[in-house]
Formats: sequence, C-alpha cells, structure tokens
Amino acid sequence: MPHSRVDGPGLDGRTHLDALESQSVHILREVAAESERPVLLFSGGKDSVVMLRLAEKAFWPAAVPFPVLHVDTGHNFPEVLAFRDAQVARSGVRLLVASVQASIDAGRVREPVGRDPSRNRLQTRTLLDALAEYRFDAVVTGARRDEEKARAKERIFSRRDEFGQWDPKRQQPELWSLFNGRHLPGEHVRVFPLSNWTELDIWRYIEREELAVPSIYFAHRRLVFRRDGMLLADGPHLSPAEGEACFDALVRYRTVGDMTCTGAVESSASSVGEIVAEVAASRLTERGATRADDRSGDAAMEDRKREGYF
Amino acid sequence: MEPLRFATAGSVDDGKSTLIGRLLVDSKSLFEDQMEAVEQFSHRRGDGYVNLALVTDGLRAERAQGITIDVAFRYFSTPERSFVIADTPGHVEYTANMVTGNSVVDLSLLLVDVRKGVVDQTRRHAVLASLLRVPHLVVCVNKMDLVGYDRSAFDAVCEEFTAYARRLDFSDVVFIPVSALEGDNVVHRSPAMPWYEGTALLHHLEHVYIGSDRNLIDPRLPVQWVVRPDSRSRPDDRRVAGRIAGGVLRTGDEVLVLPSGLTTTVAEIATYDGPLAEAAAPMSVTVRLADELDVSRGDMVCRPHNRPIVGQDLDAMVCWMGDRALREGDTLLLKHTTRWVRAVVRELHYRLDVNSLHRERAAPALERNDIGRVTFRATQPICYDTYRRNRETGSFILVDGDDLSTVGAGMLLGQD
Repeated sequence: MPHSRVDGPGLDGRTHLDALESQSVHILREVAAESERPVLLFSGGKDSVVMLRLAEKAFWPAAVPFPVLHVDTGHNFPEVLAFRDAQVARSGVRLLVASVQASIDAGRVREPVGRDPSRNRLQTRTLLDALAEYRFDAVVTGARRDEEKARAKERIFSRRDEFGQWDPKRQQPELWSLFNGRHLPGEHVRVFPLSNWTELDIWRYIEREELAVPSIYFAHRRLVFRRDGMLLADGPHLSPAEGEACFDALVRYRTVGDMTCTGAVESSASSVGEIVAEVAASRLTERGATRADDRSGDAAMEDRKREGYF
Repeated sequence: MEPLRFATAGSVDDGKSTLIGRLLVDSKSLFEDQMEAVEQFSHRRGDGYVNLALVTDGLRAERAQGITIDVAFRYFSTPERSFVIADTPGHVEYTANMVTGNSVVDLSLLLVDVRKGVVDQTRRHAVLASLLRVPHLVVCVNKMDLVGYDRSAFDAVCEEFTAYARRLDFSDVVFIPVSALEGDNVVHRSPAMPWYEGTALLHHLEHVYIGSDRNLIDPRLPVQWVVRPDSRSRPDDRRVAGRIAGGVLRTGDEVLVLPSGLTTTVAEIATYDGPLAEAAAPMSVTVRLADELDVSRGDMVCRPHNRPIVGQDLDAMVCWMGDRALREGDTLLLKHTTRWVRAVVRELHYRLDVNSLHRERAAPALERNDIGRVTFRATQPICYDTYRRNRETGSFILVDGDDLSTVGAGMLLGQD
C-alpha cells in the first residue's frame, strides 16, 4: 500500500514540504512577473486553499497581485461556497465568479438532461468566456500530476491556443527551473504550481500550516445512495433512480467538485490528522474513488483537457 | 532523506515501462483502481498478461500504439524516501525528451537489454546524461531471465559500457542485473543471481546520497520579483524576492548587486513565517536590503568576493529542439535565471555526433534533436557561472522570437 511520506528534516534541515513550498513559490513569482494579467482559480477545495496560502507567502508582505476566479456550476455544495466567501474575505483578494448558469441562460451551452445531469463539461465554455472577458493571459490552478494519468504528462507552464486547446503531442520542452511564460496575443498559459505535490502532501501541508478547509472534508452524516460504486448525495440536482436506495451514512469527501458527480467515501476521520492517516493508508486514488467525471472512459480527462478544461 | 528525482531512459523494447510498473507494483505504490484499470485494459487489448507498461502510458495514442510519447511524472514513496520519476520516451523526439527529463533530476536510470548490449541509443542516452551532468547514473542490465541469469553476460555489458563511458563525465555509475518482467533485483534481491553482491534497485534508490550535489559554495540570488510592501508608510522598504540558485546567504552579509555593481548588506531574510538567520539553495526567500538601491528583476545578488562571470559573449553546448534549424546569424530570445535577452548566433563550432562523439566542424546548422557547440552574442550582459559549476546559473533556454516557443537548451562553458 502507499506508504506514509517521510517528512523528517533532510540533511540540510529542510523538509520535503519545504522543498515543495519553495518550488511552488518560485513558480507563482514567475507567473506574476511574466504575465500581464494572471488569475488564480479558486474553488474553495483543499488544493485551492493551499494555492492561496502559497500565493500569500510568495508576495508577502505585499498583497497577492492578482484576483481569484471561481467557476460556479450552480451545483456546488453550499458549505463550500460559504467557505469560499469566508476565505476570500480573510485574505483580502478580489473574487470574480463566472457562472455556468449564466452561460446556460445566455445560450452559450445547453443543460445536460437525463440520469447524469453533471455540468462538469460545461465549465470549460464558462471558463474560456471569462478569460476572454477579463483578458486574462495566465491561469494558475491547483491541478496536480498525481491526480490522473493525462495530468502526469502536463508541463508546469502549459500553453493554450486561442481556443484554449491542449495538444499533448506538441508540448514545448520545459528545462531546469526556466519557465517560458511567453505566448502570442489571444493565447494564454495554464500554470500548475502544485504539479509535484501528491494528495498526501496537500493534507500534510494543511496540517502543518493549520489551514481551514470546508466542513465536507470531515466525517459527517448524510443521506446518500450508491451508483457505479460511489456514494452520491441526495440533493436538489441529483436524486436516486428507481432501485437506488437512499440511506444515512457517516461519510466525508476527498475531492470537492459538483454535487452531481462527486462521490463521498465512508469515513470517520473528523480532524486533519485523521485525514492524513486515512489518505496515507488509502488503496484508491482520490479521483478513482470519488469522481464520476473521470469514469466516462480511459481518456476522459485527456479529452476534457484538450478542449480547455482545468 | 531528501526526495530523489530520477529519470528513466531506454530503447523501445528494453522494458523501461515494465520496470517502472514493477517498481510501483512491488513497492505497493500503485493504487487498486490504477491497477484495475491496467488489468482491464491489458485484457481488452489481448495482451495475455498484465502489461505493466500501461501504468505509465497515459495518453490514448500511447496506449493504442504501445509507445510513450511524452515525459510523464510519477510519484511514489516508501518508508525510506519519496520519489519523483521523470519517465522519458526512448524513440520519438528522444533528445528533446531526454534533455527535458534529465534537466530536473538527481539520478538517471538507463536500461540495457543484456542480449543486445550497448547499442546506439544507450550511447546517446549516456552522452546526454553526461552532458546535462546528472550526478548519479544507474545502468540496469535487463532481461537477465532470458540469458539464464548468466553472470558472464552481465559482466560483458558492464565492461562494454565502462569502456564507452571513459570518454564521458560521470562520477557515480552503478550496474544492476535485473529482470523487470520477473521482478528480479527490482524491489527484492533475486535468489536467481546469488553471484550478484550489490543491492536491489529500490534499495539503491532509497539510499543514494544527493546532499552534496547542489552548489552550496557560491552565493547567488537571481532577483525574481521586487516587493514593495507599502510605498506610503515605508518608502525605503525595498525587498527582493527569488529562489537562491547557489550557496548560502546570511543576515548581515555584505552583498553585491549585478550588473550595477553596487554593494549593500542583507538587513533581513524575511519570510511569511518569520525571519531567518540564513538560507541556502534552493530556498525561495525575500531579502530586505539595508540600502535603497535600484534593483530589478533579472539582477543577480552575490558576494563581493565571489562573483559570477558577467558577459555578452556566451559559449555553450546547445540542444536544439526547434522545427527550423539553428544557423549562424539567427536571433533568438534567451532566458537565463530571471533575465530575458536577445542573442545572435555568432558561430556554430561543431555538431556533436552522439554515437561516435565525433565533432562535425563543417555542419552548416543544428537540426531538431541535434547537439552542438555555439557562441552567442547577447544584447545585454548576463551574470552566469559555468554549467559545470552550477546547473542553475549555468543554464539557459532559447525561445523563438516569432512564435515564442521554447526551441533550445544551453549549458554555458568557460573558465571556472
């Protein structure tokens, strides 16, 4: 099983987390220096919480020199939205919200119908429209290479063409710590400062830095039903189909996505320390355990990334 | 123990992906859902066995063609150490990918098929690892099961490689006889090769010492960002932020800022988490300087008695990755530490044949995936060390001025 990560001080007194933090801070400063209008994506999930702290550290004692953007599908957990607003108020960054509902109302995308009402794929259009509207030329996100096999091939600075497309076969080389943030007008770069972090690193860092995270990461009782081996919450946007029984369970979430496609795991972990222990012993990846959006095929993530997904 | 970053390289059929798959499976670093996906895909494809190569080949085209297209990064850990693997493809675009992977690692792992011995691609990989000055090299002599775990077959490959590597620059080379398919000497020592006295691959990776590989002698801080906390209440508070690229900086140190040549002292090494007495490479820090100097991004902070080379004539080994060939007279963008300049190709001295190590002095250009020695004239001076002395301050990238894509990598030469 995946072992707990060694995080004792190295021979020079620095820890594994210090090394990751230093690298991420370096990346964030490069984005700020090399882009005209960067933006940090912020969902309120654990990775974006870590990203915000790293950004605060990178530019301290000055303020974070770019705004944060949330792509709101309208299917978010209410606890996470409340948490997002509290975090933004605490740190003083400017929050912009791009709404998938607004994209639907404007006829830019169509609401999916049927058994799987996930708006996951629609977010790409809303995101690209927001980038155009605000003329952002660098999008910083908390995606990690350990999350998914297509993401394992991603550069730290990844250029997107005018349509926001990713071409995995034509990625530019990325050498040493020399990042190339340049791009042509109309294009933008996606930047992934957490590329080299794992899920366990994220939780260890949250523990060390005593960062607040949304309550749904901790064990709580919730009405759920089982579908495709996942526990989905019974809620306003998704209900059990015939033959899917609802039951009360002690669960927590490992990832924070839409209510419609994010599964809960049975867990009694009620503190960050207990989550660290649980993740260290886990036999399933976080996306494998909890994300319906990655299950629509072997290359589900690759396909969405090509279209401009996060 | 510091995390170990290592690159893997091998020819198409050397079993490189199988070796990584074996390392992940036998060290129990692979998750159940990942393993299940691999099993299902192997079954659908009719492989007849669990194809461990599918663990690393993540893109659809890779799975369809059974090849690795791009550098993939994998993370795993054991109770001893955590690891980052930069898995580089062995065939298409091998130079670009090898150089990319090897530029960010502490150790390079090279696979050789024991039945074939040292082939062209082995030589190419060894040359690139040597050129990029990867501090540690491990040669895995694979497919030992197919030669009956014969010691003399292993010895022959070791001798052949050692003879070739004499012309290269390695300080630490280790040979391990393995069978990636059967798992011999990968995670566990193999009972089939009692004559082998070394450790299994994983044990070696867990214990190789990399603490002295980084330059901790020459203090270098490339200025990445100038922090102005509050210009009204503290107009003199001038802080420079960056990642230390070499040596150690201490509070109270007298420092020199290049290229202006002005000196001041380190008033404080400030961080969000409180001030530090000292900081070493590769830490990201913010330094408050005692005097108000005109400092900007691209400047270099060093010590008055330990300065980098400051110059506009740059002599370098270049790995070319552009679609258009590199020719004398071309102008390119060049990024060195945090400084961008323009650079003109003054002279292409030779193209290096990575198989024979022959220097082709008549080469008219460097084509994609070629390596050669080039002299550039930069529009402004840069503050650098030789690549041999410091990988951070001795390297640069070349960027096409029209489409702004990265087209080359350079390693600076010169007198230390």
